[in-house]
Amino acid sequence: MRTLVIAEQDRGRLAPATLNVLGAAGELDGPCDLLVVGHDCAAAIESARVLPGVERVLVADAPVYADRLAENLAELVVAVAPGYSHLLAAASTSGKDLMPRAAALLGVNQVSEVIAVESPARFRRPIYAGNAIATVESDDPVKVLTVRQTAFAAVEPAGGTAEVVELEQVIEAVATRLVGEQLAESERPELTSARVVVSGGRGLGSREGFELVYRLADRLDAAVGASRAAVDAGFVANDLQVGQTGKVVAPELYIALGVSGAIQHLAGMKDSKVVVAINKDPDAPIFEVADYGLVADLFEAVPELIEAL
Amino acid sequence: MKILVPIKRVIDYNVRVRVKSDHSDVDLANVKMAINPFCEIAVEAAVRLREDGKADEVVAVSVGPKAVQEQLRTALAMGADRAIWVETAEDADLGPLGIAQLLAALVREEQPGLVLLGKQSIDGDNNQVGQMLAGLLGYPQGTFVSGLEVVDEGIEVVREVDGGLQTLALRLPAVITTDLRLNTPRFIRAPDIMKSRRKPIAHTGAEQLGVSPAAGPRLLAVHPPEPRAGGIRVESVGELLERLRQAQVI
Ligand SMILES: Cc1cc2nc3c(=O)[nH]c(=O)nc-3n(C[C@H](O)[C@H](O)[C@H](O)COP(=O)(O)OP(=O)(O)OC[C@H]3O[C@@H](n4cnc5c(N)ncnc54)[C@H](O)[C@@H]3O)c2cc1C
Ligand SMILES: Nc1ncnc2c1ncn2[C@@H]1O[C@H](COP(=O)(O)O)[C@@H](O)[C@H]1O
Repeated sequence: MRTLVIAEQDRGRLAPATLNVLGAAGELDGPCDLLVVGHDCAAAIESARVLPGVERVLVADAPVYADRLAENLAELVVAVAPGYSHLLAAASTSGKDLMPRAAALLGVNQVSEVIAVESPARFRRPIYAGNAIATVESDDPVKVLTVRQTAFAAVEPAGGTAEVVELEQVIEAVATRLVGEQLAESERPELTSARVVVSGGRGLGSREGFELVYRLADRLDAAVGASRAAVDAGFVANDLQVGQTGKVVAPELYIALGVSGAIQHLAGMKDSKVVVAINKDPDAPIFEVADYGLVADLFEAVPELIEAL
Repeated sequence: MKILVPIKRVIDYNVRVRVKSDHSDVDLANVKMAINPFCEIAVEAAVRLREDGKADEVVAVSVGPKAVQEQLRTALAMGADRAIWVETAEDADLGPLGIAQLLAALVREEQPGLVLLGKQSIDGDNNQVGQMLAGLLGYPQGTFVSGLEVVDEGIEVVREVDGGLQTLALRLPAVITTDLRLNTPRFIRAPDIMKSRRKPIAHTGAEQLGVSPAAGPRLLAVHPPEPRAGGIRVESVGELLERLRQAQVI
């Protein structure tokens, strides 16, 4: 048995999720290699070399990989797959884009959003927006998994001594071209790995109203999240959505402001350690998962909270 | 251009699912079923492209037992021109790979310029079929799409990605999967339902398509998630702060 983890890197920076995927890989028997794909990823390779538990860092560094398109990345994964019993990536938007395509090319199934490894062939994963947990077993010769970042502890990014292996293949994407990107730049902690998350819902009322969420987050050095309704209404950008179809978070502290607590939202945050809800509706379902619930008008309670912190 | 829209019959998104007491699966007896919300968005996008003159035919397809014809009717009522039912046994345990293999065979027969799928089915939460189909066909893929525009050389899509938004240009034929913000599906009116009854639903199956679809990973057990310990109501901001300090989270 041998595991290949497909790393995620952006402009030379390894994504924190990769450390969690390595945590999951550590629960499988056998050695583990890491594949770093991109262009000008020297810095990412340096960070990858010292990751514990990684035997070899496979590097595909070429201009054709700069845009990380599923079309050629999937072919690259298939080209390096022989010899591996497990292929793992984060259940991030790029892992979800890439891994099913690679699995299909390998003629095998994929197991999505793994939250527990029971054996090398048996895994647990949430279904129905997390309202049920399925235990599944795969007979495929190579198991292709995406891993839920919040379900596995990150490995320490130090102490390892991996060998770096440059890959020869250069595979082009012929039918897909990157036109542009509109990436959110933020000084705040990253949503999926933050210790504290403050989320706002439709109850914030407007883009201006949502400022209150940012102000509280600043006080707590927290990441900012949102419900789908808040994103749809244009209060914030799509990358802040928490839930079944957005990001999954599990911070030490999750504060939900003006969020009703629809099952699709709960799917993305109910594994948080401590949940606080402030909502003016005493019957809001968010209170069912809140450790501390405050029935109040958030426009009064939140300024008071900021003041008192 | 012809657009193929694969749709899935799933539990209605408002229904709270319950796990069967023998932990064999979730209980789907007598629950409300519906077209998967993401597939509904895909149908809407396809119909709008035809209305805008960018496409000339919209074909809805669903893989499953007899009951999926209900959701095909919904797609026809929304404006799809015709439908194809790929019949599978009531107890067939197809996973996303098997579904994608059947759809790939159908695409080879129908030769659409575009295949529009939902990004995810809300029952299995797999998020796989579109990407698998694109891989099997060797087509470019645009996943989690919240905007699309047919241009001279193909199609431009705006994708919702973890870091924000990304725009890709894809050559046709291509596979696209929809995210929630692509559109708001239209409301179906009674006359639409009447009209949909006259539209044809063709019937096919794995054998006719020449495919022996792969089984999915084996489902061994289904359990309810760990319940959260009950919380408390606090009376004031002051009490909230005190509790959070006691819990050492701030
Ligand atoms: C297929 C599908 C996928 C979905 N995926 C997601 C997802 O990933 N994430 C997600 O979040 N949603 C998702 N949704 C949407 C979800 O069903 C809900 O519609 C959404 O979460 C509601 O957002 P909200 O709680 O902000 O808004 P609402 O439900 O409108 O709730 C607003 C809340 O604010 C409170 N409020 C209003 N004013 C105040 C005030 N002044 N002070 C205090 N409280 C106030 C109200 O009492 C209310 O409880 C999905 C839906 C579907 C169908
Ligand atoms: N049985 C099916 N029949 C037709 N299309 C399907 C079926 N299952 C999944 N799909 C399509 O694939 C998308 C993604 O599903 P999934 O990969 O299961 O999350 C759905 O939104 C549908 O468009």
